[in-house]
Amino acid sequence: MSADTAFDMPANNENAPQHDFLTITIADQTFGIPVLQVQDVLREQRVTRVPLAPPEVEGSLNLRGRIVTAINMRKRLGLPPRVKQPGEKDMSVVVEHDGELFSLLIDTVGDVLSLPRSEYQSNPATLDPVWLAVSSGIYRLERKLLVVLDVPKLLGAV
Amino acid sequence: MDDLVAEFLAETNESIEQLDNDLVNLEQNPNDKDLLSKIFRLMHTIKGTCGFLDLPRLAKVAHHAENVLGRFRDGDLEVTPEYVTLIFESIDTIKFILGEIEMNGTEPDTDSSALINKLDAVYEGRAVSTAPAPAPTEQEDQAPENEDTNKQEPPSVAPEPQPEEAESAAEDSAAKTTSANAQTSNQTLRVNVDVLENLMTMVSELVLTRNQLLQILRMQGETEFSAPLQRLNHVVSDLQEGVMQTRMQPIGNAWSKLPRIIRDLSMELNKKVDLQMIGQDTELDRQVLELIKDPLTHMVRNSADHGIENPAARRAAGKPETGKVVLNAYHEGGHIIIEISDDGKGLAIDKIKAKILSNGLANAEELDGMTPQQIQQFIFKAGFSTAEKVTSVSGRGVGMDVVRTNIEKIGGSIALHSEEGKGSTFTIKIPLTLAIVSALIVESAGERFAIPQLSVRELVMASAHGDTRIEMVGGAPVFRLRDHLLPLVTLSDILKINSEDTAQNEKKHRYIIVTQVGNYTFGIIVDRVFDTEEIVVKPVSKILRDIDLFAGNTILGDGSVIMILDPNGLARATGEIDTSKSKAAATAAEAMQNEGASKDKISLLLFSAGGKAPKAVPLSLVSRLENIKMNTVEYANEQMLVQYRGALMPLIPFNAQTAIEGAAEKPVLVFTDKKMAMGILVDKIIDITQDHVDIQVEGAAPGLMGSAIIQGKATDVVDVGHFLNSVNKEWYKDHDDTPYGSAKDAVSQSKRHILLVDDSPFFRNMLTPLLKVAGYDVTTLDSPIDALALCESGAAFDLIVSDIEMPEMDGFEFARQVKTGSNWQNTPMVALTSHATPQDIDRGAQVGFEKYIAKFDRDTLLDTVSQTLADNLPANMPTQGEAS
Repeated sequence: MSADTAFDMPANNENAPQHDFLTITIADQTFGIPVLQVQDVLREQRVTRVPLAPPEVEGSLNLRGRIVTAINMRKRLGLPPRVKQPGEKDMSVVVEHDGELFSLLIDTVGDVLSLPRSEYQSNPATLDPVWLAVSSGIYRLERKLLVVLDVPKLLGAV
Repeated sequence: MDDLVAEFLAETNESIEQLDNDLVNLEQNPNDKDLLSKIFRLMHTIKGTCGFLDLPRLAKVAHHAENVLGRFRDGDLEVTPEYVTLIFESIDTIKFILGEIEMNGTEPDTDSSALINKLDAVYEGRAVSTAPAPAPTEQEDQAPENEDTNKQEPPSVAPEPQPEEAESAAEDSAAKTTSANAQTSNQTLRVNVDVLENLMTMVSELVLTRNQLLQILRMQGETEFSAPLQRLNHVVSDLQEGVMQTRMQPIGNAWSKLPRIIRDLSMELNKKVDLQMIGQDTELDRQVLELIKDPLTHMVRNSADHGIENPAARRAAGKPETGKVVLNAYHEGGHIIIEISDDGKGLAIDKIKAKILSNGLANAEELDGMTPQQIQQFIFKAGFSTAEKVTSVSGRGVGMDVVRTNIEKIGGSIALHSEEGKGSTFTIKIPLTLAIVSALIVESAGERFAIPQLSVRELVMASAHGDTRIEMVGGAPVFRLRDHLLPLVTLSDILKINSEDTAQNEKKHRYIIVTQVGNYTFGIIVDRVFDTEEIVVKPVSKILRDIDLFAGNTILGDGSVIMILDPNGLARATGEIDTSKSKAAATAAEAMQNEGASKDKISLLLFSAGGKAPKAVPLSLVSRLENIKMNTVEYANEQMLVQYRGALMPLIPFNAQTAIEGAAEKPVLVFTDKKMAMGILVDKIIDITQDHVDIQVEGAAPGLMGSAIIQGKATDVVDVGHFLNSVNKEWYKDHDDTPYGSAKDAVSQSKRHILLVDDSPFFRNMLTPLLKVAGYDVTTLDSPIDALALCESGAAFDLIVSDIEMPEMDGFEFARQVKTGSNWQNTPMVALTSHATPQDIDRGAQVGFEKYIAKFDRDTLLDTVSQTLADNLPANMPTQGEAS
């Protein structure tokens, strides 16, 4: 995949020098979601289980009168369940896809970062296929790497 | 007054008001084409509706006025004030006649011939000079006169007995005229359905919020909010009822066509049928009404066709010659009950049994163990038709299963009670509305679920010991409910949510929700039952839509999300209703409804006939499915024939492997065209499905177009044309020796791409499979505007087939725009229309249509398409053109 298509996201202008991402962590890995695609950030919510649903569907929750489908990101990415320290709570980021709201269950939410395009590069070919399928590239940060989550790809394949 | 007429009056009065203004505008801007077409269309509509409602006088005036307007529109008559005056006169006459209809319910006896003569004179272009000047005065004189005579008419009907009363009645009626006028036009308001839908959605949300508040209130005990909240509660309930009311329509609207259908049917079948309709005023939600219209029509037809015997048989059975079909609708609880009963011959158990056996739906042993009622239920299974004689009205093999599916889709159920020799009664139970339903909240394995109250018959508490305990038969739980044994399912098992901590049998009390779906009653075991709540059904997320146990989800009063169980899905999960069959039925139902949802898919009939691969044929080409007894087959000139609907129908086996010898009965696909019919003998009808037909391997054997993947299996797609042609060369006399179905040349020429533009979904659905089967790629659009957008985007087609009468832009304008410098200016265009006058054809040719054909003539259409494509080959595809 070329770098150009990776930037062909609705929230970002291809020629802009900077892109804004909300950073999140899942199992110590930092991810970025284009900030304009984020609707809400929620603390731990009461989720209703949906029997017979695909495994990554955690259930449904009520967000101000709208029904939101909760997706467990660890299961989606094939990661082991989280072992919580006392006091730790799940967080979730609400995104809209295809007219429906989805809440992505993650570990923690960080800052909004403005990242220069020069730090961007497309996915290394050796990345796990599951990850390759949901990410549109990687930013090189000072001490770590930030994997850009491609929301339509992430939810389109659920 | 007839509802239809009242509606027509309200509508026409409204548009006539506007017409006055439009005409004044037209006089000032005589060249405004849009305005002219609008006026023309309106007059056309009045004419058309009059014909339908049997108002000949009104129709006549409108017709002649339309003629003149037509000449304006075509531009060969100049719009002058004189002519506009004439049109005004026509409108005045129309208004007058409308007024009379509103007052007396019938058309006046006045003579409009003077006006009509004038209109004709203008239309034919003769004696134009005499028309204008004297016209207005003469007509104005005439009109009031007529009015006078008419006003005196009502008393003259019954003057002798009570002259005084009659007189005052006349005065009354005169006084009422004005108020009646005002009533029909002012007291009803036409509101866009979207506005009402939107309102309904908002009320639904309000109901949810109210529920939430009440829930909080219950936990708070007595607070100062109690009183106002109670008031809010009442107001919201009233509001909900009020908004529902706006969506309610009397069920009579769905019945209005039935008397005519029954009349035609009894003529055709030589039966005497009396249709009685009771409870026409029973109101139900318009959404529901729309959805039950077709199933109802189908069932009433069935009753008259299959149920009622012919007069001789009725006499022999000691019944009156005239059979009765009774439609009865009434409210019961939150339901509408519709009963369709006939006093005909009832369902013949033996025939159903035979049919079940021959179709392999069950074996003899299983049948012996079934009650007559259970056997009757088989008529709801897919592909089941017991009519011995298949008539033009029913018996296509897609029958009651489609009805059942349609009714279940809206949360309803259908039950059947039939006694052989005495008649049958179908009882349909449907919810009043679909938007807000009352649901029972239950708990199983710690999770809460909602079950629509409509399907809950009763609640039973089962204890671990004693009389009311759940018993096990070979591992299957059952319960003795009065004198029945109730099959049970455990909700947590079906949903696979067993929680380990509670051993199931340890519990002291369990609840059984006795649920009824159609005639099938079963019990659902749950752990706890809470109260009922009014809930708004919201569709589940797309990624959860495959789970057919859920009808939707909703937010409860306490703010939590809850899944709504689908009783039909649960019943299927218990195994009573065969899922695969009902899926096929659903597909067939969709095909029947002509829904444009699956544009690229076509309905296919799958059958087996020799060889391993299933065979497929487009359902739209098959007229009927029939079972023919082999001992009724006769031979003449080495051709198999069968007597069919009063004529001889040739029969041919699908291929040499089709086993004819020894079979008692064979399914036959009947194809009809005009007066000709023929049948293809096959081994077994498998299914009806919807799929893309993408022929991947060209057919080597005659009679096959090739093979495609349908339902995941390699399937032979049948070339119907081959069979039709082999029986009767006359069939496609316009096609030389190549029937349209033989797609060989089309396929070998790399598929030609046709764009079909038609606003009517019916024609789109009819023509698309036809063209596809003939080997073309077809893209359909419902509006020329979309087509032009597609043109802009650079799409390319080999041929454009366009309708003429379309709302936003007509076919002429579309062709003009395409032909003047668009990307498609060299693409040939064929016009498709329901009315083809010589002027229209000329006009079509001027704007660039190569051919002009009538909509219903499918042979000519296919012929024209292939001809036009062939003619245009050199222009568009030079290399291929030279090569061929």
